[in-house]
Amino acid sequence: MLSMAEVLERNNVTVGGRVDGQPMVFAHGFGCDQNMWRFVTPAFEDRYRIVLFDHVGSGHSDWKAYDPTRYGTLAGYATDVLEIVRALDLRDVIFVGHSVSSMIGALAAMEEPDRFASLVMVGPSPRYIDEGDYVGGFSREDIEGLLDSLDSNYLGWSNTMAPVIMGNADRPQLGAELTASFCRADPEIARHFARVTFLSDNRSDLGRISVPTLILQCSDDVIAPKVVGEYVRDSIPGSELTMMQATGHCPNLSAPDETVAAIQRFLDAPRDRV
Amino acid sequence: MAFAELLEDSAEDLYENAPCGYLSALLDGTIVKVNQTFLRWTGYRAEDLVGNRKFSELLSAGGRIFYETHYAPMLRMQGSVREIAVDLVCPAGGTLPVLLNAALKYNADGVPVLTRTTVFDATERRSYERELLRAKKAAEESEARAALLAETLQRSLIPPALPKIAGLDLAASYRPAGLGDQVGGDFYDVFETASNDWAVTLGDVCGKGPEAATVTALARHTVRAAAMRGRRPSRILNTLNEALLLQRAERFCTVAYARLQRVHSRWRVTLTSGGHPLPIHVTADGVAATGRPGDLIGVHDHPELHDTRMELRPRETLVFYTDGVTEARSGNEFYGEDRLLRVLRAASGGSAAEIVDAVSTEVVEFQDGMTRDDLALLAVQAAAL
Repeated sequence: MLSMAEVLERNNVTVGGRVDGQPMVFAHGFGCDQNMWRFVTPAFEDRYRIVLFDHVGSGHSDWKAYDPTRYGTLAGYATDVLEIVRALDLRDVIFVGHSVSSMIGALAAMEEPDRFASLVMVGPSPRYIDEGDYVGGFSREDIEGLLDSLDSNYLGWSNTMAPVIMGNADRPQLGAELTASFCRADPEIARHFARVTFLSDNRSDLGRISVPTLILQCSDDVIAPKVVGEYVRDSIPGSELTMMQATGHCPNLSAPDETVAAIQRFLDAPRDRV
Repeated sequence: MAFAELLEDSAEDLYENAPCGYLSALLDGTIVKVNQTFLRWTGYRAEDLVGNRKFSELLSAGGRIFYETHYAPMLRMQGSVREIAVDLVCPAGGTLPVLLNAALKYNADGVPVLTRTTVFDATERRSYERELLRAKKAAEESEARAALLAETLQRSLIPPALPKIAGLDLAASYRPAGLGDQVGGDFYDVFETASNDWAVTLGDVCGKGPEAATVTALARHTVRAAAMRGRRPSRILNTLNEALLLQRAERFCTVAYARLQRVHSRWRVTLTSGGHPLPIHVTADGVAATGRPGDLIGVHDHPELHDTRMELRPRETLVFYTDGVTEARSGNEFYGEDRLLRVLRAASGGSAAEIVDAVSTEVVEFQDGMTRDDLALLAVQAAAL
């Protein structure tokens, strides 16, 4: 059993925002770390308590804590989330998960529904590989191609991504603390995480989600195409889907204002709270 | 000289025919400008790309996922990316491995409006990197196999289990140096030469690694063979000495050898040492090294070796050890013979296993757990009546 301090350190948990506010837990997806939320969280800091963390093996988490067995399925990551939530004793959690973290959050919420108030899924997909009538968007070969991509960029990633702070007078808000650690991960762990993510299948779990859920769907998202977002909405009882103008897979980075507005609308909507 | 003609003052020419590909795109990825070099390398036509295709569409499916999960977010967060390896899909089929650098272009309000990408043909470099990765994997596998081999070899050089001898209690401890991934030079053996006639040998071949291991194997088996033909310990070690010189192994070893004969209920011991620390005789009344020192084995043509006779009475123990024990270090200090005698005195009432355990635990602790030299211990205790 890890102590509270050990859990928070393992996942590089940072807590900010309003001390007595309802907690919003932001979870990054594959390929990034908690910094990907930095254009979104400021909008919520006045009203909510903001909790950010890195999955083990990403960002500044404790890479040594990576255990291939534990993290061999998304359930392992969900357990981490629950450990963080318990360590901070969070209640009424609004869980905002990007990409694969949508599913991780869903698994956590199914395990301990009492702690979660709602789920926000940004670009979710319950399964990436096509199967029968189900369109996930990718073939198995495509996923092997991704793993090759990761391997090709291994030699580049392994010796710290060269610092790429713009030092740009136009963007003083990108502070010096934003270093090249962003999107840096242990290459072996990245490969495993990619495998676990892109070979996962959580379609059967969707029906068991019992908290209010928002799906943010980007137009032209290759990773989580519209048909998948609609599948998720149709499978989660009572969920709603917001089509965004933003394109690509990371609207929290490419269209933060639109993302914030969509989440805000969802949070402010009158809802029966159990 | 018409120097002026050589001056490259045509920016357009510089752009179009640069030795790398240039590509500019909107933030949603739509290609807005592309240079001739890029078109030539890939086989695309400008009209197919500009305003019509997104950059990520030119990547393989795996590359597209990588683009969306790593490349694009990084570009947004940091303003630029460098040396990203991707494969471009060419219209005629086939792929072109490339390295990309990209940077965001900002407007006057600091808002990003375009991405600018340089594309380097990385066909050669990618092949080279693949080879490197393959070689690295092969090397790692090779290392793993070598470690396994060393471990297997090691296990074959130490008797896996000591024989059960009526009237004698035996125990041994062997700890290879460091991480145990190198074969060591310490060896020991206990074997029967005739009815109620046993041989105990413990030795140390100088060095580690496969060459030392071959000498270790030679030593152990030569001693066994010699002990079958003659019983006198000094003669047996002489035979070993000859064998090593003949082998031109250019390695010497130190060996302690004891013959134990059971006569009625007592054990008659004949000892010899070839350059090896003398075994310690542990009794209820005291502990002391016993025997006479002799020459190293494998160095001289006629080594000086002496046979010492003694008796091992009930509950008395003979403890053989290698210098991994006495030369264990902690900082500038050696463990030394005094400490060994002290711990043996304290453990003298125990069984062979307890004695061996007491010593090896203390020595390992003394070295903060990391053994720098092989450590071998063998205790032979005459059973109580």
